[in-house]
Amino acid sequence: MDKSTGKVIGITGNMVTVKFDGNIAMNEVGFILVGDQKLKSEVIRINGDTAEMQVFEMTQGVSVGDTVAFSKEMLSVTLGPGLLGQVYDGLQNPLPELAEQCGFFLQRGVYLNALDGEKKWDFTPTVKKGDTLRLADSLGTVPEGIFEHQIMVPFTMPEDEYQVISIAKKGSYTIHDEIAVVKNSKGREYKLTMIFEWPVKRPVKLYAERLKPVDPMVTKVRLIDTLLPVARGGTYCIPGPFGAGKTVLQQITSRHAEVDIVIIAACGERAGEVVETLIEFPELTDPKTGKSLMERTIIICNTSSMPVAAREASVYTAVSLAEYYRQMGLHVLLLADSTSRWAQAMREMSGRLEEIPGEEAFPAYLESVIASFYERAGLVQLHNGKLGSVTIGGTVSPAGGNFEEPVTQATLKVVGAFHGLSRERSDARKYPAIHPLESWSKYEGVIDKKKVTYVTDILFRGEEVNQMMKVVGEEGTSLEDYVIYLKSDFVDYAYLQQNSFDPVDGAVSIERQQYVFDQLFRVTVGEFTLDDKDEARQYFNQLRQLFLDWNGVSWDSDSFKDIEKSIQDKIEEKWNSSDPHAKSFSGK
Amino acid sequence: MRKVYTKIESISGSVITVRAEGIKNGDLAVVTSAHGTSLANVIRLKHDLVSLQVFAGARGISTGDEVRFLGKPMQVSFSDNLLGRIFDGSGKPRDNGPVLEENMIDIGGPSVNPAMRIIPTNMIRTGIPMIDVFNSLVESQKLPIFSVSGEPYNQLLARIALQAEVDLIILGGIGLKYDDYLYFKETLEEGGAMSRTIFFVHTASDPTVEGLLVPDISLAVAEQFALAGKKVLVLLTDMTNFADAMKEIAITMEQVPSNRGYPGDLYSQLASRYEKAVDFKDAGSITVLAATTMPGDDVTHPIPDNTGYITEGQYYLKNGRIEPFGSLSRLKQQVNDKSRDDHRALMDGMIKLYASFNESQEKKSMGFRMSEWDKKLLTYGELFESKMMDLSVNIPLEQALDLGWEILSTCLEPDETGLRSELVKKYWPKEA
Ligand SMILES: Nc1ncnc2c1ncn2[C@@H]1O[C@H](COP(=O)(O)OP(=O)(O)OP(=O)(O)O)[C@@H](O)[C@H]1O
Ligand SMILES: [Mg+2]
Repeated sequence: MDKSTGKVIGITGNMVTVKFDGNIAMNEVGFILVGDQKLKSEVIRINGDTAEMQVFEMTQGVSVGDTVAFSKEMLSVTLGPGLLGQVYDGLQNPLPELAEQCGFFLQRGVYLNALDGEKKWDFTPTVKKGDTLRLADSLGTVPEGIFEHQIMVPFTMPEDEYQVISIAKKGSYTIHDEIAVVKNSKGREYKLTMIFEWPVKRPVKLYAERLKPVDPMVTKVRLIDTLLPVARGGTYCIPGPFGAGKTVLQQITSRHAEVDIVIIAACGERAGEVVETLIEFPELTDPKTGKSLMERTIIICNTSSMPVAAREASVYTAVSLAEYYRQMGLHVLLLADSTSRWAQAMREMSGRLEEIPGEEAFPAYLESVIASFYERAGLVQLHNGKLGSVTIGGTVSPAGGNFEEPVTQATLKVVGAFHGLSRERSDARKYPAIHPLESWSKYEGVIDKKKVTYVTDILFRGEEVNQMMKVVGEEGTSLEDYVIYLKSDFVDYAYLQQNSFDPVDGAVSIERQQYVFDQLFRVTVGEFTLDDKDEARQYFNQLRQLFLDWNGVSWDSDSFKDIEKSIQDKIEEKWNSSDPHAKSFSGK
Repeated sequence: MRKVYTKIESISGSVITVRAEGIKNGDLAVVTSAHGTSLANVIRLKHDLVSLQVFAGARGISTGDEVRFLGKPMQVSFSDNLLGRIFDGSGKPRDNGPVLEENMIDIGGPSVNPAMRIIPTNMIRTGIPMIDVFNSLVESQKLPIFSVSGEPYNQLLARIALQAEVDLIILGGIGLKYDDYLYFKETLEEGGAMSRTIFFVHTASDPTVEGLLVPDISLAVAEQFALAGKKVLVLLTDMTNFADAMKEIAITMEQVPSNRGYPGDLYSQLASRYEKAVDFKDAGSITVLAATTMPGDDVTHPIPDNTGYITEGQYYLKNGRIEPFGSLSRLKQQVNDKSRDDHRALMDGMIKLYASFNESQEKKSMGFRMSEWDKKLLTYGELFESKMMDLSVNIPLEQALDLGWEILSTCLEPDETGLRSELVKKYWPKEA
């Protein structure tokens, strides 16, 4: 079939109206020819012989009558070895290469290959002539950094099964070299290379079974791992007002999360934040592998001043890459900051299409679009029996910091954990500002659930006492209640709060969390001999001080043991008994 | 010669439409009416119907007035001749100097490739403890001053501009009161900074829409100087007027408003300006400080709200002070680990205590008995407000840090501060 063409007949913002000849498809990519530039666009509505297209570039200089060349292809990403360590824009253009070619500024209409076509990869075949393969079955592997990158039967092939006719010998090949020939049941032959294109808006579902996410994904943030855990293959969201700490939380998670691969989708946020990651990551070593963190990271970046329509593309590009690596039996974490910017891009486009606006002018399909995005996460068992997962964590930036708005609400309906940030906590510099009582998680953590529930209960009751004290004053509060309040405040300072920029306390291993939590638990179940409120306050201040110092020293140091000893002495000093209700599980 | 059109099809708000062919999106036109001429730019095309936004407003424009397309987008002249000069919102001289037409550059150009940015590392010292200690300002930062109306935000801007060690100051005034314009001029002249300053000033009495160009013009010029290696400080005052002008256009164009009448792309529009703040690899930098007055003193209003989501923090000006809550510098951690080893801890610790002080004060105002702890906090809070928060305080960072320890030791015991013991050991003032 021939490719169609069209002519621009209208322009508003980043949307153009095009009159076309022939056939075009919804979501087909077309290029507007402006002078010697080609502006990438996507069909978003077709009506008779006119189509509306969103342009992934600035539309300055476009005029009525400009030619549009359609491509017959959907918006796609290139999948193959060499994705790791890359910094792409939302359309998978490698930004460092763009900089080499265009200098300081992003020049519109310049599209580069996503993968290096010249680099040689050491291919080891894992199939032989005559083998029968399904889609996504491995043909062989190439080493990509610390991973064995599986070269798979392209996901886009039309039939389910193929037979190997020939396979390349062990050796060194570029991504464009032929590495296999396969045939379908009718004998039609296909030449395969190491790469193929995948339409970003389609989920990859080439696995045997989707499983319930159970294993915790350790983030090394105490408040998350202990109280509000995230599971591998699960989903979670971080809504919060501006400046409350969403990005910092994601940055720290992208460094420390115990997964194989991290994909960062910087969607409509600040360029400076991406720069921090892309400059610092190559310098940081991943303690697990000893290699640079960049080797396990892909950055997709469509920052706030980059063209709005590409924001939507960027989250889909990111999730497609995540699914690709999951297909190799790897655990992938996708962090999207911020999903609200993507929702706003949808809103802008919906407005230009003059669709009937829903709440706060967001389109009516907002909810289903958000749901199907998070639905692409999941723990799966592949046909070869291996497990792979995509975990998605998205930030939400609600207008006015009010969670009762469409994007937050739509997200809360579909995610497995909610880490809501509170303005009060961030104002008071209580980081991470996740509200420990309003947030929730449906996943299981590493630390004994009964103990965690006990501590959470202290936090709840402490908060109640605190509220009550605002009405009746400290003098109207019993010593018993006051101690509960002090305990909750102590848990907050000594455990929940964690400065991400502290070299030691910024990230805490799960072993250390368990260890410290046990000591902390002793304090919370303790019934102490305290005569009055002043004495109680002083006592808990001292305990708090010891824990703060303890958190600041490294895990295997002598000071760690010294401080632990002081903590035990301090607990003994006023120890009376432990809460009888907690006896059954406190192990004491 | 460009074709002149003399039949205006419709006029609404500050938007006019004409029928014309071969016109490009974003192109500039000159509209000539009985009241003079104004620039206009193309904001929508539909077949041969061209919508233009007229910067001087459409008041008094008649359907038979003349529209002449210039075949190019908005541009501004760039050279060292700009230094010390004063222009209006569309780049015309406001002083009596010559019109500049050499080396014209486009405004509102493309954004910087993130791969060509670097992590900023230079602190801009201001002598204001609420900034230097608690929310350090950093070269290339974009930071608004959220101000309750009537607060001295322009004075604060001018003070920082004079104190900051930058090569160049660009003042972009949007709906600036004439008195404030004169204030800036006098202050910078007295401070001897006028020769390294450029003014693009749209005043409150100029047509509203004309103010829309000011951020783009100021930032385009700043960008060129920064590429030439200069450290540029851009002051924009008041971005609320800019957002309101945008709202006016959006309503005229019958866009569906998203929030309290503001267009859904307010975020993207503001971001494309603020994101011009940059530290270039191997070249200069642009730092942007922008006054944003909060309508109804409400931070959740769409203008401050969207701004806060874009900028790298904000200074919250209230009751003549920079409030510790609500104020934030997101780049502070790039610099405050290099100043002194107690800087970070003291910064967080003192604010946490100030938060507790606020709670005690609340209890006090409700008539509750003050415990020993409350009393300590009250003394702490009062000292903090008078010695640190007051805007008249002007001391170097190191002195401010020492002062912090002094305040703490005056009213608290070391283990009440929540600060780690090793720091306390090092910095706690010895008994005199
Ligand atoms: N865990 C943390 N530890 C220490 N400081 C933090 C932490 N989280 C946030 N902060 C402080 O708060 C600032 C703002 O955080 P961040 O940029 O993550 O906010 P955000 O929620 O992403 O805001 P926005 O929605 O505007 O992007 C940081 O620059 C840092 O100074
Ligand atoms: Mg953020």
